[in-house]
Amino acid sequence: MKFTKTLAAAAAMGLALAGGAIAGSHGAPVKAGFIYVGPIGDLGWTWTHNQGRLALEAEFGDMVETSYVESVPEGADAERVMSQMARSGVDIIFTTSFGYMDPTINVAEDFPDVRFEHATGYKRADNVSTYSARFYEGRYVIGEIAGAMTETNKIGYIASFPIPEVVRGINSAYLAAKSVNPDVEFKVVWVYTWFDPGKEADAANALIEQGVDVIMQHTDSPAAMTIAEEKGVYAFGQASDMSSFGPNAQLTGIIDNWGPYYIERVQAVMDGTWESTDTWDGVQEGMVGFAPFSDKLPDDVRARAEATIAALAAGELNPFTGPINKQDGSVWLAEGEVADDGTLAGLNFYVEGIEGELPN
Amino acid sequence: MDFSSLSPVAMIVLLIGAATPILLAAIGELVVEKSGVLNLGVEGMMIIGAVSGFIVAVNTDSPMLGLVGAAVGGAVVSMVFAFLTQYLLSNQVATGLALTLFGLGLAALMGSAYNGIRPPRMARLEIEGLSDLPIVGKLLFSHDPVIYGSLALVFAVWYFLNRTRAGLVLRACGENHEAAHSLGYNVQLIRFGAIMFGGACAGLGGAYVSLVRVPQWTEGMTAGVGWIALAIVVFAAWKPWRIILGAYMFGGITILQLSLQALGISISGAYLSMTPYIVTIVVLVIMSSDRKKASLNAPACLGKSFHASH
Repeated sequence: MKFTKTLAAAAAMGLALAGGAIAGSHGAPVKAGFIYVGPIGDLGWTWTHNQGRLALEAEFGDMVETSYVESVPEGADAERVMSQMARSGVDIIFTTSFGYMDPTINVAEDFPDVRFEHATGYKRADNVSTYSARFYEGRYVIGEIAGAMTETNKIGYIASFPIPEVVRGINSAYLAAKSVNPDVEFKVVWVYTWFDPGKEADAANALIEQGVDVIMQHTDSPAAMTIAEEKGVYAFGQASDMSSFGPNAQLTGIIDNWGPYYIERVQAVMDGTWESTDTWDGVQEGMVGFAPFSDKLPDDVRARAEATIAALAAGELNPFTGPINKQDGSVWLAEGEVADDGTLAGLNFYVEGIEGELPN
Repeated sequence: MDFSSLSPVAMIVLLIGAATPILLAAIGELVVEKSGVLNLGVEGMMIIGAVSGFIVAVNTDSPMLGLVGAAVGGAVVSMVFAFLTQYLLSNQVATGLALTLFGLGLAALMGSAYNGIRPPRMARLEIEGLSDLPIVGKLLFSHDPVIYGSLALVFAVWYFLNRTRAGLVLRACGENHEAAHSLGYNVQLIRFGAIMFGGACAGLGGAYVSLVRVPQWTEGMTAGVGWIALAIVVFAAWKPWRIILGAYMFGGITILQLSLQALGISISGAYLSMTPYIVTIVVLVIMSSDRKKASLNAPACLGKSFHASH
């Protein structure tokens, strides 16, 4: 499978290069490349990054030239695709998945003149920036809604890989659900993939079988939403509005909005002011948004969710504010203490109350 | 730990759903390989089946016609491979890989207008009296028709290959194409037909994903099932019945680990996710350790192009 994906990537790269060569003949626009982990038609994670790329084109028109390679496997193959892209004269490369972290750092060393932007990672260099969104803020809001809407008190969570990004989301959603419903229970299923609609659907079915009536997901396809609609349970859009797959099931969704960031960074390249930075924006900056609320939400639930969003937007609410204990009962955050970004970036434990063991 | 909420019946129903796409694609590929052709484009044919089945089902509002459309779609795209490998004698491995890439891209193009649409639902079989029986009813008599069809297809393939003259001829092409040719059989034409059958089966498997298992269309949604189907053929040592074993075991382990996690049992999902692949590898190692046995099973002319020089 890896081999064909590589071929696919290589073929796509070839096309991208050919396209770039033709467009490059007039003027000297900034060239921005994107590496995607899934297909741009996943209607989730990769789709939103591609929307950001399109926003970039809309903003700068002829002044920018973009190219992308989709479905690039994380790991060594990614390195090759990135090198090829860098060699083709691209000015800035956005690598949009956690698993591209080491490949990005490695390739960046070989191409000091190319700027790299790695999404959701924590390793930086002189020519490598990192950026991510505080999705856990979004998950706090939908966790609150889930806690209020569940009747069986069982919330299912389809998780991809046990990395800090995903663990933060689970913890944040759990704390929020618990705050409105003390009896709530989380059932976490790890599927070890970002995109496999069949497996995601199976996980959703397995959870519903166990009495779950609200499903959250940290995988990229709308499969779980489709199953939720069919089985009559609730779910939340992931990365984009998935209501077309679950008009009755979707309560709201977390929307990733990368466009403004991409525009800002490419502008910096144009101005010659680009430097390695670490960006972590949330609801306040507009990087995390929400799909329209379902009319299934009772007024009080809706009002509380809106208040929470307002508090997040005003910077008054941090989901990780003490007292919070770790799963083993030891104190993580004392009363009033707020988790610092460093701890959050490497979060590798469940908070108290979540059952099951966090895989490592 | 409370196991009572783990319903074996529900799990088996899920298992069959996960296994059926693999089963369909694998039984088709088995026939292709028995004729002496290695088509690595299963994934590409599946995704074409998934999208064409979806398009037909949505436009005709009939899941059954969707399945027909999927089979036709898979067969048509496999003809590209058949023409290239049988008449232009291109390398089968490279052409098969190209078919997968082509299929994935073409499917994305075809399906771009079908995102977010819900297809008509496939009705489950309801047999008066039987389907209402406790346990057995749900286990045996209330699946969708494709599941029964896929099992019947395995039987049909077994019967065809082992009990009919046409099946014998097809196997002869796979074992010794020179001999088959010298007896006056048109090796290329027979292989062409086998490849189309494989394409149709892969197409059906793809449509099972997009119409039943996850009723939606998303780019790349078969997510590697075609490759698993290829492995299952080897795992089954080119024996039709073992395809069922392989596919259901693969589906079973997938569902079991998801269900156990949903139940809250601390198991390492990473290892369980690997299990089906590990088991396949182990079986392959065991099989290939005995050269005689392995060579008895694999068609002798598998992957070799045939050109009638006289």
